[in-house]
Amino acid sequence: MGDTVDDDSLYTIKEGDYVVLKRGDVFKAVQIQTKKKVVFEKQWFFLDNAVGQLYSTTFELASGGILQPRKPKDPECSTDTKGAGTDNRNIQDDGKSQKLTRDDIETLKEQGLKGQEIIQQLIDNSSTFKDKTEYAQDKYIKKKKKKYENIVTILKPSCRILAMMYHGREPGKICHLRYDTLAQMLTLANIHANSKVLVFETCAGLVLGSVMERMGGFGSVIQMYPGGGPVRAGVESFGFPAHFHDMLHEFPICHLNALIAGTLDTTAKDLSADLKESDMAAEVKTEAEVKTEAEVKTEAEQKGSPEEQSMETNSGAHESLVPKKEEEEEKRREAKAQEKKVKQEEKRKKLAAAASLLEGRDADGLVIASRFNPCPVLMALLKFLSPSRPFVVYSQYKECLIECYTKLKEQGGTVNLKLTDYWLRHYQVLPNRTHPVLLMSGGGGYLLSGTTVAAERSKPAASRRDEEPAAKRQKVTETEG
Amino acid sequence: MSFVEYSDCIQDGDVAIVYLGHESMTPVKVKRGAQTQTRYGVIRHSTDLIGQRYGSKVTCSKGGWVYVLHPTPELWTVNLPHRTQILYTTDIATITMMLELKPGSVVCESGTGSGSLSHAILRTIAPTGHLHTVEFHQQRSEKVLEEFKEHRVDHLVTVRNQDACKDGFGVTGVADAVFLDIPSPWEAVRHAKAAMKKSGGRVCSFSPCIEQVQKTCEAFSDQGFEDITSIEVLLRVHDVRTVYLPLPDFGPDPSAQIQPDSTITPPQNHASIAVKTTIPPRDVQGHTGYLTFATKPRTQL
Repeated sequence: MGDTVDDDSLYTIKEGDYVVLKRGDVFKAVQIQTKKKVVFEKQWFFLDNAVGQLYSTTFELASGGILQPRKPKDPECSTDTKGAGTDNRNIQDDGKSQKLTRDDIETLKEQGLKGQEIIQQLIDNSSTFKDKTEYAQDKYIKKKKKKYENIVTILKPSCRILAMMYHGREPGKICHLRYDTLAQMLTLANIHANSKVLVFETCAGLVLGSVMERMGGFGSVIQMYPGGGPVRAGVESFGFPAHFHDMLHEFPICHLNALIAGTLDTTAKDLSADLKESDMAAEVKTEAEVKTEAEVKTEAEQKGSPEEQSMETNSGAHESLVPKKEEEEEKRREAKAQEKKVKQEEKRKKLAAAASLLEGRDADGLVIASRFNPCPVLMALLKFLSPSRPFVVYSQYKECLIECYTKLKEQGGTVNLKLTDYWLRHYQVLPNRTHPVLLMSGGGGYLLSGTTVAAERSKPAASRRDEEPAAKRQKVTETEG
Repeated sequence: MSFVEYSDCIQDGDVAIVYLGHESMTPVKVKRGAQTQTRYGVIRHSTDLIGQRYGSKVTCSKGGWVYVLHPTPELWTVNLPHRTQILYTTDIATITMMLELKPGSVVCESGTGSGSLSHAILRTIAPTGHLHTVEFHQQRSEKVLEEFKEHRVDHLVTVRNQDACKDGFGVTGVADAVFLDIPSPWEAVRHAKAAMKKSGGRVCSFSPCIEQVQKTCEAFSDQGFEDITSIEVLLRVHDVRTVYLPLPDFGPDPSAQIQPDSTITPPQNHASIAVKTTIPPRDVQGHTGYLTFATKPRTQL
């Protein structure tokens, strides 16, 4: 039962794996590709040597960008300190305390000294180190370690790591969604296996990937995407097993009105007819194109003006090639058209599959996190939820969520509406030096969460409802305009 | 109904959440023939609940109405009978992500307490994971097991009545994650390590006092845990309100009177403006506890 296999093969780094590089608090998601240079924290190296090693291994960077697994139990804290001062009354900031110059340090590095050894050199050549308090010495060593220790740890990606990575490196790409806010979203939306979840996000796929991780490949996720195609760079970084992608569906938000109105046509029959038509049009076009091309050529050949004659050798050579080339061209076109057809057919099938998932209007959860104005998105997508299901909307801005809240209150159909944000503070915990970290995040964005309930059943109430929102909608558009 | 899977309709034996109005809810064990008294009158289970769709409106005997909601761990957290201090959703959400819980995770927890976190863990690790939860108070451990059965999650959990500090978690080398919410977590750290997979995993300790955090961090460090971080997360609620802000009367404006054609509207007409905004609740939870997370590295055998 509980005894799951703790097999090393599950934790071995393989070529093609999506991994996360870590150094200190800095992360970077990469794919393991041999002979490919990776740049991380201003250093370049190759990941070739990571293949076959276990996840969470820390590597040391050797010359030539080669990774070497750090030996276990490296004498990590063996820096020789020799006594300490009691306070800083005797320490002058004259910029002369370190006798080693930048060039000296570079030379040490070139000599192949390890980070640890360089730090020892720095301590030995510092006139003030021994007068620093024990705590200050600690801090000094920690700081230097960060600078001179060339280590990198390779981690298996997870929602936690990727959310922290995106927040630290590229917050703009994820609408400044802080990792703890994402954590709240996943919980408030009750994301779990064997449910049907709608996701609308423009957070590079991070939110979608997090939802998929929490569903563990069970159930279905429908990504409602804006624009030409779904963005999923972040999903890739999770490195999910292939079967996880079977639960992922996509639906272009530009077809949503048609779907709601019941005019979206995805039946296979109509599809093929549609396809044929467009293909035929394409074919006609290509034929025409070919014709005109040919015509132009023959015309030129017939004319035989001195100008053209000068090019004769060329066109002559062409002439013999033309039939062959045309044939090839046609074949290529046909293949292309065929490919396009297959792709279109696939796309239609996908659309049909997603549409049929939506048509039941029985989704179990809704997660919105985008740069779009959330209110219309929320109003449109809420229709697809079963009653008594949670939804959560993220926005970087509180005002958009106030609008959502107001609209939902007017319209009814939801309970437990809550507008929230989260305050996150990190602590330094050290003997006798425990205090909040000096810098903290100013804000992690806002959430509106709630639960759907069944629409009114009794007739008079229903009719009243129908009239009311209409009037209010008008009002809203007035103010908007 | 189950806490790990939705159903559409209410059935005999379910636990449903009756929503009575703003922030007022109560859990109900649905039983054929039974009745529940609310401030809006009686709910008759056989006719009003069984067979109805979750989320539908139920009219009570006095004409008032309520909504009947499908239970979720989050609704349970705000409705469960308190036998201890409990963990709330804000901390639970953070714990779930930072422990990297997902379907299939094997988790150890102590103490079980009132089962607020346990339900959330079970929801996340189902259908293939398992929770080993340890509670030293016998009655509490019995009560919570009863609830797990009622909520149809008992197949995913083992409840042990023992002291995690003394006897550990009852399993070795199986856990992906361990959660500690006990008075002296530092005494359970070595047991946590033993319960975890050889390949490593994540651990979290929740403590209200900073002195506890201090000791726990030392214990984690001594036991070879890495990436030890302590954080605090607080929920901030924003109540949406329309507020009316009065405008003062600045008296007649001579400069405005220079233009005789402009019809002067008396300022009294605009004596206040409406602003849609949010206000914080008067009193909020300013502290729950510190969350300390750490990673257990792979241990060589």
